[in-house]
Amino acid sequence: MSALEFAKKIKAKFGDLISEPTKFRGEITIQLGDAERIVEVCEFAKKELDFNYLVDISSVDNYGEDPRWTIVYHLRRLADSCELRLKTSVSEEKSELPSVTTVWKTANWHEREIYDMMGVRFRGHPDLRRILMWEGYPYFPLRKDFPLAGKTTDVPGVAFTQPAPLEGGPFVTAPGGKDAIEREPRVRNPES
Amino acid sequence: MRTNTEIGYDSKIEGDVIVTRVDAALNWFRKNSVWPMPMGLACCAIELMAAGASRFDISRFGSEVMRFSPRQSDCMIVAGTVTYKMAGAVKRIYDQMPEPRWVIAMGACASTGGMYRSYAVLQGVDNIIPVDVYVSGCPPRPEALLDALIKLQNKISKEPVLKRLTAVAALKS
Repeated sequence: MSALEFAKKIKAKFGDLISEPTKFRGEITIQLGDAERIVEVCEFAKKELDFNYLVDISSVDNYGEDPRWTIVYHLRRLADSCELRLKTSVSEEKSELPSVTTVWKTANWHEREIYDMMGVRFRGHPDLRRILMWEGYPYFPLRKDFPLAGKTTDVPGVAFTQPAPLEGGPFVTAPGGKDAIEREPRVRNPES
Repeated sequence: MRTNTEIGYDSKIEGDVIVTRVDAALNWFRKNSVWPMPMGLACCAIELMAAGASRFDISRFGSEVMRFSPRQSDCMIVAGTVTYKMAGAVKRIYDQMPEPRWVIAMGACASTGGMYRSYAVLQGVDNIIPVDVYVSGCPPRPEALLDALIKLQNKISKEPVLKRLTAVAALKS
């Protein structure tokens, strides 16, 4: 059975909650309308459709749009390597959705990373701590409104940070330039 | 006509006695047994391991005794990217090393933060500990590290050990 057929089965089960499956470069994506129902959908995908492997959970910051956060689940059946992408949106005011650690245990660290980098909380997570940055770090560095150079912070006895000198950067490569001088990493401010 | 002047120790003239300065003798002991504290944090550590292995052989310079305890080491080789999360640990390990102690910042990241102009990376380990020798490269080849070690040995051989020791003794009394 193909990913499209599995997507249609999920659509048949949950009806209007699930969008029509979209296909891009052979990969199937479905959108879940209500983030609060994510556990139900994931449980169905795992128990009934045998999506026994959660490859990754990632998050997107649609800065300036509402809802701001998109959470993306990559599901896979180990039996036939069939992959399905499941997307859901969370508003900035809420910034919270249920944890799927009860379905796949591996979701534990994926959700901690999203919490650490984006600041989206997962309700019911057994151990929602920062995973890359340290406890007490006040920002969420993967948000679009966080500067690349970082900000000044200090947690005494743990760690401090200072903005990195960008020297007019960030340095950006321009692929397709006519010579190496055009292509190589240089200061390319979008406004200049 | 060329003449060769013997400037080293000549047993025919001096017998079994060597005359030197205490400073020079102490520095000679020190510089030929610099025990490194390998602070391997990223890919530079692989080159550090290569420098320690048979082809490049850091033991030719008396630095083969990699100590994983700061209390037994003389020179911290910071090999790799120092993140802010790791910076506290690096400082703490340096603080536990007994004097005299030296630091080699190996590679672009340890020296300046390298290509990581980011919120997570310390922009040069000299922000937290004093560095004696910086090595360029990403990562530097083992020869570059050995060159840094020779530079450090030259630096050690010029240190006024006795003057420093008597100054410390004068402070204590």
